[in-house]
Amino acid sequence: MSLKLKALTKSIWVYHLSTGSCNNCDIEILDLLTPRFDVERFGIILVGSIRHADAILVTGALNLKTIPRVKAIYDQAPKPCVIIAIGACSCGQGIFAKGYNTPEPVDSLLPVNIYIPGCPPKPEAMILGIVKLIQKLRGKK
Amino acid sequence: MARNIIPIGPYHPLQEEPEFFRLHVDGETVVDMDIEIGYNHRAIEKISESKSYDQVTFLIERICGICSTSHPFAYTNAIDDLLGVQVPERALYIRTIIGELERIHSHLLWLGLAGHFLGYNTVWMWAWRYREPILDIFERISGNRNHYAMFKPGGVRRDLDEADFPWIKKTLKGLLPKFDMFKGAVMDDPVIRARTEGVGVLTKKDVHDYACVGPTARASGVAIDVRRDDPYAAYDRVDWKVITADGGGVFAKAVVRILELYESTNIVLQCLDKMPKGPIDLNIKDMPVGEGIGRHEAPRGEVFHYIMSDGGNSPARHKVRAPSYMNIFSNKKAVIGETVSDATIILAAVDPCYCCTERMAVVDCKTGKKLMDGQDLIRLSQEKTERLRNTRTIL
Ligand code: SF4
Repeated sequence: MSLKLKALTKSIWVYHLSTGSCNNCDIEILDLLTPRFDVERFGIILVGSIRHADAILVTGALNLKTIPRVKAIYDQAPKPCVIIAIGACSCGQGIFAKGYNTPEPVDSLLPVNIYIPGCPPKPEAMILGIVKLIQKLRGKK
Repeated sequence: MARNIIPIGPYHPLQEEPEFFRLHVDGETVVDMDIEIGYNHRAIEKISESKSYDQVTFLIERICGICSTSHPFAYTNAIDDLLGVQVPERALYIRTIIGELERIHSHLLWLGLAGHFLGYNTVWMWAWRYREPILDIFERISGNRNHYAMFKPGGVRRDLDEADFPWIKKTLKGLLPKFDMFKGAVMDDPVIRARTEGVGVLTKKDVHDYACVGPTARASGVAIDVRRDDPYAAYDRVDWKVITADGGGVFAKAVVRILELYESTNIVLQCLDKMPKGPIDLNIKDMPVGEGIGRHEAPRGEVFHYIMSDGGNSPARHKVRAPSYMNIFSNKKAVIGETVSDATIILAAVDPCYCCTERMAVVDCKTGKKLMDGQDLIRLSQEKTERLRNTRTIL
């Protein structure tokens, strides 16, 4: 475990990347920031630029139009960068697997570190996922 | 004239969905605008043709996460139209309740985002906090906070439990003072007024020209509402009124949405009182050959679904028209001539929902020319008819 990655677990700054979703996972992510869940308590904030991000929250099923953009954004991300796949769409391809516009799942393009399934996952599930991610990065069971 | 282009998107901190705006500005003033969408296109109409009628409700729910009931609502209306059946009374009431609860949560969501765009993050936090009780109600009814999967052709999937009614009523009534607070915060705040009143105005004529629907049209004084104009579900059995405002600017749109919060709460409370007991589902087994259309007044305006059946297990053709598809083009009218700083709130004021709207066009990459759009398809179709006609006469 690199020191950089370990340091990253202190307060994860996340960037939200919607790759062609139904919006619901995105709304639930924003919901995490609002008073009921308020993940800022744990040092998790949503940043506007990929260059400030420690982690990318990927939602949605990749489609032909977003694939090149997603690649470009991942290339700009400072490494190490943790990829969190949120929702059935980005974990597999969900209900859109057979569509003509959704050729490949997210993990064939990006190295996904943790999957949070659900359609949409509940905010509690997302928090649990991030807690598990931090434990994993710190090398705990 | 010196023109600069400000690109917004496709990934931009202001937006939660990918979309791309190109603002052409001259100094501070926006002189032209391009909209590029298509980042959310997921081939839903095509996938729908490979699902059974029952599965389609789950698929189209996932067109849009914010108004996830409006598509199944319009779709089930279309199926009922195709079958020519009368859905059980209790199911109609349940559908209405779900539809209106969704309007409340969607309008609160918009209000929050609009506050965020204007720099009023407090409004954002408040609005989203008071949206949570609505999601709790959904969770109690359906087991999920969003994507409730309540609708099915010929009825609804789950019944409401009478034992929950007092709690639901109490929660809703508890929200009314909060709505009052929003009304006060938006209508009486001089700064919000100054930022939004008379900004991004659409006149009545613009609304007609661009065929806007929903709150975007109602804010310009055009009283259209499918719930009243073509009643379905239980909307004609309860007492409510269509909210309109004059002015057509961002302020008017906010006022319409805030006042609709009260109407929707009112509708839900009445439905809970009046709901009869009885079956909730027709258990439809066969699908005849035919076609049906269904409409629903979604939080953003009229949703339209068309279903063609060839008697098989899945739709032969499924056509969806979402309200944002009509509304976002009015941005072009509303934004031009305004300053850059107002552009974002104007773009947000129609409450655009791009994941509902995505369409496909075939484009030749080399020339960038659209190979086919709606007009071309109509032309092709007309040419084909013409050809057939000619061959007939020859024969
Ligand atoms: S996983 Fe479900 S809720 Fe999330 S983007 Fe996909 S369809 Fe929407």
